[in-house]
Amino acid sequence: MKHLLYRQRVNRSASVDFVIFVFLAGGAIFTALPLVFAISNAFKPLNELFLFPPQFFVRNPTLQNFADLFTLMRQSWVPMSRYITNSLIIVIGGMAGNLLFGSMAAYALSKHDFFGRHFINSLIVLSLMFAPAVVRIPNYLTIAWLGWIDTYWAVIVPAWASTLGLYLLKNFIDAMVDDSLLEAARIDGASEFFIYRKIVMPIVKPAWLTLIILTFQQLWGVTGSEFIYTENYKTLPYALDQIVRGGIARQGVGAAAALIMMAVPIVVFVINQSRIVETMGTSGIK
Amino acid sequence: MTAGLRARIKAEWERSKVSYMFVGPFLLLFTVFTVVPVVLSIVLSFTDFNTLQPPKWVGLQNYIRLFLDDDVFQIAVKNTFIFAAVTGPLSYLLCFIFAWLINELRPGVRALLTLLFYAPSISGNAYMIWHYIFSGDMYGYLNGVLLKWGIIDKPLQWLIEPEYIMPIVVMVALWMSLGTSFLVFIAGLQGLDPTLFEAAAIDGVRNRWQELWYITLPSMKSYLMFGAILTITNSFAAAGQITNLVGYPSTDYAAHTVMQHLQDYGNIRYEMGYASTIAVVLFVTMVTAQRVVQRLLGKLGQ
Repeated sequence: MKHLLYRQRVNRSASVDFVIFVFLAGGAIFTALPLVFAISNAFKPLNELFLFPPQFFVRNPTLQNFADLFTLMRQSWVPMSRYITNSLIIVIGGMAGNLLFGSMAAYALSKHDFFGRHFINSLIVLSLMFAPAVVRIPNYLTIAWLGWIDTYWAVIVPAWASTLGLYLLKNFIDAMVDDSLLEAARIDGASEFFIYRKIVMPIVKPAWLTLIILTFQQLWGVTGSEFIYTENYKTLPYALDQIVRGGIARQGVGAAAALIMMAVPIVVFVINQSRIVETMGTSGIK
Repeated sequence: MTAGLRARIKAEWERSKVSYMFVGPFLLLFTVFTVVPVVLSIVLSFTDFNTLQPPKWVGLQNYIRLFLDDDVFQIAVKNTFIFAAVTGPLSYLLCFIFAWLINELRPGVRALLTLLFYAPSISGNAYMIWHYIFSGDMYGYLNGVLLKWGIIDKPLQWLIEPEYIMPIVVMVALWMSLGTSFLVFIAGLQGLDPTLFEAAAIDGVRNRWQELWYITLPSMKSYLMFGAILTITNSFAAAGQITNLVGYPSTDYAAHTVMQHLQDYGNIRYEMGYASTIAVVLFVTMVTAQRVVQRLLGKLGQ
């Protein structure tokens, strides 16, 4: 049992290990509620969704909700594949830019010494604490002035400027990348870009895998309705939301749609989490 | 501009050209989409601006109105401080404790537990499950169970009665607190050098608590600071999940927060000057909290 659960470490007592395990299991059951509930609900026939007393688990599982959802999706005026493509463009475009520009800046802000570095670093920390609600209107004006209203750019480019991602990467570079390693590479004649690409980024792989999870989740939920009016450019969450809003009889369809929306980030999460573990097991760079 | 200064700028540019190239693209985006709008709204906080007519300079009037004449703001400040004081430290501790405990598990078990703990954050509105649980009619799970057991004889309005609102909102916030900071702590713990712990064992560290205090926490400082800033932002700027859970405005403003107050003026009433004033006050509060936490984190491992 112990060998199945724990890696071998020094300084550990078995009794405390057991207490901790019970504590973790309890916490996991409590936080797993929404997953269990969402899965259970998606397979409930309509009469079970309105049962008294209400039931947490499904009794007679059915695929009817999914069948109904797909029927409704086929009837939509713009094909569903279009909404899915739009969502993917926004998610991948936003994520790629944020990772690239954010990590490049994070490297320089962490390891280079140049005029204005400390000032920029404090600005970034401060910016994390300013309420985004009040910058909505200036941002709308900027995007309108750039002529990006009703295009993907309106959602993608502001995502590139996310300071959260940069700050995350910078903290990891601060903590994980040893200056002496970079010095050695410079002495060997490596260019700064080479150092960034081949030394720094591989070491902080857990950081950008985590960042991918976070940005994916954030952008996946974007409806973009603030900037995008043309139906052809709208995203999947928007389309599903429209379908589900068809009234109380759509509750079952809504549960199925919610499960599908949730499933995609979970898959990204699981893949990335397992890769974080993999890197740490194999990286030999100290 | 004197020749000497010009030469120094030129030398600095030559020396740091590569650094500026690395920072440049991000800096441009950051300036356009964050710095300029934030500076703009700080300026707007001294004006009367309804987004249709040009802003009118009113000096400190918005600030005076906010602190002296706005009774709802007083309630919001009280609620926000209660909410932040409870959820902030607790959720921060939970994130770290859980991340620390599961760090020693085998990779497969760890990935599974991480998923389960992170589940409340993974779908944007997973917390709406609590809406079903606390729903005020007899379809609500809690009412259903309590009715069946005969503890209550009529459904209770959990999300409408003022005395229940705040505790429920706090509980849901704690339940979904294992979010970004939790993931960052896990990644950070994974990155710690295992030889550090072996060396410590030889040097006389005898149990996991000593190891935590003398090695783990000091090497995690940078991640802990990141988590602290996120926790401060989340607990002081809570709004969305509260609105979705108990409606806006909540009964007697029982869960009205500063951020909701801001959104009320910014998104509904379009009094952008006044909304900016609230944003500036909230900003100053969060920066102060961050400074305090930074000082506390500096003491780790000493």
